[in-house]
Amino acid sequence: MGFFELQKRAKAQWLALEERTHIKIGTATCGRAAGALEVLQAFEEELFKRNLNVPIVQVGCIGLCYAEPLVIISKPQSYRILYPNVTPELVPRLVDGYIEGEDPCLELALGTLEIDERGFPSIPELPRFEYECRLILRNCGFIDPTNIYHYIANGGYSSLAKALNMEATEIIQEVLRSGLRGRGGAGFPTGIKWEHCYKAPGSVKYVICNADEGDPGAFMDRVILESDPQQVIEGMVIAGYTIGAQEGYIYIRAEYPLAIERVKKALKEAEEIGILGKNILESNFNFFISIIQGAGAFVSGEATALVEAMEGKRSEPRVRPPRLSEKGLWGSPTLLNNVKTFSYIPIIINKGSQEFASIGTEKSKGTAVFTLAGKVNYPGLTEVPMGTTLRRLVYDIAGGMKGGKKFKAVQIGGPSGGCIPESLLDIPIDYDSLQHAGSMMGSGGMIFMDEEDCAVDTARFFLDFTTKESCGKCTMCRLGTLQLLNLLEEICSGKAKIEDLDLLRDLAEDVKVGSLCGLGRSAPNPVLTTVRYFEEEYRAHILEKRCPALVCKDLIAFYILPEKCDRACEHCILVCPTKAIKGEKGEMKVIDQEKCSKCGTCLEVCPHEYQAVVKLSPLDKLPSGETKG
Amino acid sequence: MKQQEEDLSRLSSIFETYGNERKGLIPILLEIQKEFGYLPKEALKKVATFLNLKPIEVWGVATFYNQFRLTPLGKTHIKVCMGTACHLAGGRLVLEALERELHLKVGETSEDGQFSLERVACIGCCMLAPVIVIKDEIYPKMSPFKVEESMLPYRQESESFIEKRRKD
Ligand SMILES: Cc1cc2nc3c(=O)[nH]c(=O)nc-3n(C[C@H](O)[C@H](O)[C@H](O)COP(=O)(O)O)c2cc1C
Ligand code: FES
Repeated sequence: MGFFELQKRAKAQWLALEERTHIKIGTATCGRAAGALEVLQAFEEELFKRNLNVPIVQVGCIGLCYAEPLVIISKPQSYRILYPNVTPELVPRLVDGYIEGEDPCLELALGTLEIDERGFPSIPELPRFEYECRLILRNCGFIDPTNIYHYIANGGYSSLAKALNMEATEIIQEVLRSGLRGRGGAGFPTGIKWEHCYKAPGSVKYVICNADEGDPGAFMDRVILESDPQQVIEGMVIAGYTIGAQEGYIYIRAEYPLAIERVKKALKEAEEIGILGKNILESNFNFFISIIQGAGAFVSGEATALVEAMEGKRSEPRVRPPRLSEKGLWGSPTLLNNVKTFSYIPIIINKGSQEFASIGTEKSKGTAVFTLAGKVNYPGLTEVPMGTTLRRLVYDIAGGMKGGKKFKAVQIGGPSGGCIPESLLDIPIDYDSLQHAGSMMGSGGMIFMDEEDCAVDTARFFLDFTTKESCGKCTMCRLGTLQLLNLLEEICSGKAKIEDLDLLRDLAEDVKVGSLCGLGRSAPNPVLTTVRYFEEEYRAHILEKRCPALVCKDLIAFYILPEKCDRACEHCILVCPTKAIKGEKGEMKVIDQEKCSKCGTCLEVCPHEYQAVVKLSPLDKLPSGETKG
Repeated sequence: MKQQEEDLSRLSSIFETYGNERKGLIPILLEIQKEFGYLPKEALKKVATFLNLKPIEVWGVATFYNQFRLTPLGKTHIKVCMGTACHLAGGRLVLEALERELHLKVGETSEDGQFSLERVACIGCCMLAPVIVIKDEIYPKMSPFKVEESMLPYRQESESFIEKRRKD
């Protein structure tokens, strides 16, 4: 079938849906964890009971993770309304109200998707949407990821149709002019990579999509694959056509079963309608894509290590040169890009490089996708123009810090990135400014920390991760990171000397230069940035044996304030897993510091009106007479 | 727990699907693990023969990747997220509480084969941190206090299992 015919069919199908009252439920992994499948079932049962024929469309993730499970109810002559945190119990009310009746249940709604002249807060007017610029997230949460016609109806595959009528060199010029840089972390100019692969001699070439997403705090690639997989496929097919490849692979980490399932389905659909396979869209171009499941190793995300894994070996990075674009998978020229990088391609081809390049900063064009997690009010996923400030992200998009606490730092880019303190909140974020601040874009995962998070412990956490994940090829990475971890553990437990701080810095620099791949070269970033921006905190741990954030276990104690303990209440005694709390009924409760495992359960259950349990640091703050744990 | 005898005849159909090229190694291992729940040593030897590799090469790959397990899982497998968001939200305390509750160290399977405990990195639900996964179901916003409660149904299952075994 030609593209025109497909488009007609898709538009008719989409219109038929839009003309009816229908329900959209976000059932990506995050929605499911919050109970979306139960809500889906409740809707199905309720509609069945009432004999209503209302289509339910399962969509991906809109990025407002704090509001999951999220339901959109659309009525043709009325507003599309977004309902947050829907539970099965709310379902009959919604069906009564807005599906059968005309009551939009505003008290349950987050907003409408249209501007409302009655002054009801409409979604596009929420600050978050005002500052966002959704290019590759535009369809996420609005289309059915398992229905290729939804994608086509919303502009999908028109770029491929256009590209198939362009010369390869023209496409490369467009990508070059767009200024697109790889979204896998390092920010290598995509156009240059494509040109290398195009020019590399050889009749067999490969395209690989890196969906390994190894940063233990980032999930945008998962969201894209679960919510709009066709755009990634479209980008890959265009890449294949451009460089002259016939085979493509998507390497997905095994921890993402739903993403794998949805991509599988998407590939099958694309094959069925002639967008993958032989004679794509009636051209003479052939392209096939298969899925390769990762086996779980952070280093596999590194381009050359990924190729090793695909060849069935231990995933150890190769020495470059040769680059993958000359000698990649099974020795052939290989183009490897990240999920997001491929997703931008259809947009650039469709709208033209100029429009893309008009967004962003001088050296970083387009938008950036960030996952927002940690101590903010509205965690989730966002897409903003490059150059947006951190302040805007924290306060306007993520809704500020939870509980009104003070912003302390944000960790960007996971184990390869660094901690950025409050004093840098106003820097415009792009590849270069982050590098300058000692961090890097990396995955784009952002974890916000408040005063209750310890900078030293965070560095220790990341080093613990990288030591476990180092493939062991380079000595500096294998043993250097271990030494760094040991030093950090000594600091966290109050056993370090002040000279260790210099040792930590020196060693971190050595690990950086002594490692072959980005894992070892960036592993010290969390250490170096926390030492640079939070040296005081390190000193408190070392010199005063005090953890200012009250996190490091060896330096804190739990204590029950005698003047606040209610005496009659026994909550803490009942829950203490180590039976460390003593005190008869009606008596004061006391924690036996020898037995206390510092799990914090007593603090969690102590009724809010008493707040008798507190954390103390350093240990000598404990009143004398208490045993010091 | 001790390795049981596994019925390795199921291997041949896996081998057939993938063919004997080296690139099939990891998919074959994943498939074997799906079948048995772990990688039995004998199976690894058979894979080596099939792919014409030295056993040590297969062993090297099997021990490199986090997904692969060389011991069987418990009936109730519990994964504790130790990603960044979960760590900051107290994931370690949750892990310790589970270790205490189940008398298991992370990475172990209980004697009776009922429980196993594993740490994983981010499962992509950071806004619900800290999370644990019990038998593929995600438990959001955990705390040490909630651990005992979440284990209750599985404990009962385990106790009835012990009962039954006693009767047999
Ligand atoms: C330790 C390590 C882990 C990496 N993990 C990923 C990853 O999970 N996903 C990814 O796209 N790139 C990852 N990269 C970057 C890749 O090496 C590569 O630069 C990127 O995938 C290229 O795609 P791009 O040009 O589209 O950015 C990682 C790099 C290193 C050093
Ligand atoms: S850090 Fe635990 S789900 Fe992401």
